[in-house]
Amino acid sequence: MASSNSLMDSLFQRSLEDLIKGLRLGESTFISRSLEEIRREIKLTDLSTKSVALQKLSYLAALHGVDMTWAAFHAVEVVSSSRFAHKRIGYHAIAQSFSDQTPVMLLITNQLRKDLNSSNEHEVSLALECLARIGTDDLARDLTSEVFTLLGSSKALVRKKAIGVVLRVFDKYPDAVKVCFKRLVENLESSDPQLLSAVVGVFCELTAKDPRSYLPLAPEFYKILVDSRNNWVLIKVLKIFAKLASIEPRLAKKVADPVCEHMRKQNVGKSLLFECIRTVFSSLSNQEVALKLAVVKIREFLMDDDPNLKYLGLHALSIVAPKHLWAVLENKEAVVKAMSDEDPNVKLEALHLLMAMVNEDNVTEISRILMNYALKSDPLFCNEIIGSILVACSRDSYEIIVDFDWYVSLLGEMARVPHCQRGKEIEHQLIDIGTRVKDAKLELVRVSRALLIDPALLGNQFLHPILSAAAWASGEYVEFSKSPYEIAEALLQPRTCLLPDSIRAIYIYSAFKVLVFSLGAYFSSQEPTSSPLAQESTSSGPSMVNGFTYNSISSLVNMIELGLCSLSGTIDVEVQERAKNVLGFIGMIKHEIAEKATSQNSETEAHRAIAFMEDVFSEELGPVSSTAQEKVPLPEGLDLNENLEGLQEICREVLEPMAESDYSSDKVSFSVAKLRIRDQEEASSSLPPPLESSSLLAEHRKRHGLYYLSSQKSDDHNDRDGNDNNTSNEYPPANEISVDSFKPKKKISKPRPVVVKLDEGDEPKRKPDASSSNDESLSRAIQTALMGKGKGKEKEKEKERVKENHEMNVDTENIEQSSRREKKNKKNGERSGKRSSRRQRGKEASVTKPVEVPDLLL
Amino acid sequence: MSEISFWSNLSLQIRFILLQNRQGKTRLAKYYVPLEESEKHKVEYEVHRLVVNRDSKFTNFVEFRTHKVIYRRYAGLFFSLCVDITDNELAYLECIHLFVEILDHFFSNVCELDLVFNFHKVYLILDEFILAGELQETSKRAIIERMSELEKLE
Repeated sequence: MASSNSLMDSLFQRSLEDLIKGLRLGESTFISRSLEEIRREIKLTDLSTKSVALQKLSYLAALHGVDMTWAAFHAVEVVSSSRFAHKRIGYHAIAQSFSDQTPVMLLITNQLRKDLNSSNEHEVSLALECLARIGTDDLARDLTSEVFTLLGSSKALVRKKAIGVVLRVFDKYPDAVKVCFKRLVENLESSDPQLLSAVVGVFCELTAKDPRSYLPLAPEFYKILVDSRNNWVLIKVLKIFAKLASIEPRLAKKVADPVCEHMRKQNVGKSLLFECIRTVFSSLSNQEVALKLAVVKIREFLMDDDPNLKYLGLHALSIVAPKHLWAVLENKEAVVKAMSDEDPNVKLEALHLLMAMVNEDNVTEISRILMNYALKSDPLFCNEIIGSILVACSRDSYEIIVDFDWYVSLLGEMARVPHCQRGKEIEHQLIDIGTRVKDAKLELVRVSRALLIDPALLGNQFLHPILSAAAWASGEYVEFSKSPYEIAEALLQPRTCLLPDSIRAIYIYSAFKVLVFSLGAYFSSQEPTSSPLAQESTSSGPSMVNGFTYNSISSLVNMIELGLCSLSGTIDVEVQERAKNVLGFIGMIKHEIAEKATSQNSETEAHRAIAFMEDVFSEELGPVSSTAQEKVPLPEGLDLNENLEGLQEICREVLEPMAESDYSSDKVSFSVAKLRIRDQEEASSSLPPPLESSSLLAEHRKRHGLYYLSSQKSDDHNDRDGNDNNTSNEYPPANEISVDSFKPKKKISKPRPVVVKLDEGDEPKRKPDASSSNDESLSRAIQTALMGKGKGKEKEKEKERVKENHEMNVDTENIEQSSRREKKNKKNGERSGKRSSRRQRGKEASVTKPVEVPDLLL
Repeated sequence: MSEISFWSNLSLQIRFILLQNRQGKTRLAKYYVPLEESEKHKVEYEVHRLVVNRDSKFTNFVEFRTHKVIYRRYAGLFFSLCVDITDNELAYLECIHLFVEILDHFFSNVCELDLVFNFHKVYLILDEFILAGELQETSKRAIIERMSELEKLE
């Protein structure tokens, strides 16, 4: 029964073509039906039927996402057939579906070996292709010797494919290098351009990961660079030299000439020309002749109509921009023109180049023009523009900005661009400037006021971070404000309900600061002689707004009270808490305001409370360096990863006594708590009243001796007169960028304000990842192969010692000692002489491994 | 994302090759990096979306995740190659063109249907052309000769 079924299946098996035709007529059910058929057919013993089934399955898997991993064993069966057609199908299926997890992987080792040793070159090449695609560590190891043999095969085709496979084999099994490297290098001298192309391609990849190891091969590559006429080969060799020259500057000089030769050729292919230019720009930029020639050539690219060439021209310019800005400036018309191109890629490149040309003198004008562009552009590009302005201006602590008043108002302007989505960055910069640049505070407050009072902005969620910064700045630097009442009113306007609760909390807190400031001014103005505050305020120059009459202060207090009353019942604990605290404070001092009008008693409770609060806000908040946290030393014996179970006990201890404390003292301890806004979730989950958490904090500090960065409050008692707010919301008429924008304008007379900078330090060093160990062993093997066996062991020991410091990528140009020697004769494996200079016992970060550069090139 | 970091560990020039029509159907997909089926689908979808909307006057290179896709449209088919950011775009454009020329030679004025019905042959050609993500043969003549040899064996 079974056999007759199988006969039927064999005879009437649907061919691949039938399958495809069927698929075109109707899909999903057809697929599942076909799959069933395939499952049946593939189990049969007849290899032809099996292979057709496998082929159909491969098709479905490749183009219709059907899983074929279950057929792995059958693929192995098919591959064992002696018919080439079957083998092909089998190998194709294997290459397509096998992975490191395939259980039957072990079964194909022998098959591959057999085919690799076959006299039929086509079978060999099938096997090589398969190995290249699926090679695992084991396969690579087991088949190294076969690959080695094939690297020397008389048939060029086979050799070429073997070379292609070598890369993967090296990757998976670095020890293969010892066996194969020599043959690989021998192939560099081949005259067959296709073979050469393959070999050079392999070295191109290898060099990209670890250039230093291949430096000794530079003479071979040089010969190819000079002699070859094949574009593909030359492009790859150029890439190799780009990597080598960046670590060995002397190479750059030698290579510059042939590169120029290629560039000067009459009918040089554009791809080769571009690669030459790119090589010059990235690694040979200190070679004057080459650089100048490359710049001339890149101009041709920029002027070409072909958008690809234009784009590549711009792209190449951006490579050379950092070191040789003149090249970009020479081509500024092209850059400006590209800003209005339709292709978003081209526009983006042009934008980056434009920003590279920005300097102190033209930043104002360029920003103006760019902002106009932004308004006219689609949201994506608009935000790109805004983003690049923000980045360029804030670089190196706002190095490029001279006029901070202008910049702060520009930030405010950005907030009003309809598509603006850079709220977070703008928020950060507003606050950052506030803390770093004293002289900008006035403008900052002015801009903040404009942002706060506009009810329309509250609806735009992208602007919320900016509003948050505006609120903070208004509260923190309220002394610069012309009308604190206005600020408080803006902070408590009804539409603030559209804000997320965390920002609302900031608003309330700022309103509180405004309140404290105003009260302080009011109370001190009543005592011109006794209060030190008043003395300072009267002595500090132009007219002060000390004019808080009884009416104005009481209306302020009432307004705040009214505004906050509605919030005292909100669900969010943070908002509720702050609202209630402020209300409590108001309740405490309110009756005294009226009294103040009549009595002269300066020692009232209210007065003391206000003076205390002012004191709390009196210190200047400064900028915090990004590396500050790392600089806080961990005390001895502290294990931050330790489970905080012990905290439970503290909580229990503390909970009892605290329940009895009275309400008024809450206000006092609340103000000592952290300034930063707590997370929504955190706030809602930690329900105990503030007093508990602050004393828990104190307790925790005591126990672990931790000192958080103490928050400092701002200086509150100088009230200065601010100018009228004249930030207009209209934009000046749009003007295009002209090349004149780049001419240096005369300097502004106002001196640049002081910007507080901190030792920010670099980004934390990236730790080398786990895979580096594999690459390390590879480069070790390569170096061994090149230097000779004896050296190998010594190098290995040395490398073990400095293992942690080894980075995969190229070291900085830091070659202190490289020894000269004669060219190593590889054919008879002469040993290289030992050099003590080679031993570098570096414990610290960068390890320089001096590598010899043969005399030929120096 | 894990797949991206995986990609960058392998030193390959070409990550994958896709042939897709205007509607987004994949006619040929060859991956030189291991990817799950679902990831492959995602990739194919994203690449299609990237290239299908671009005007013919735009450049033939687009950024794709942390790599680059070099593409060209021939009639109703998009040929897309995913390569490293640092690779030479113009050379790969030529590579695509070479591939198309060879297909044209083989199928005499190749059309999409030819590719659909002869997908195994297309893969065969591709394998002669590119091995393990590296371009290994750039001579049209050589590939054609080779293919005719292989045909005889079948």
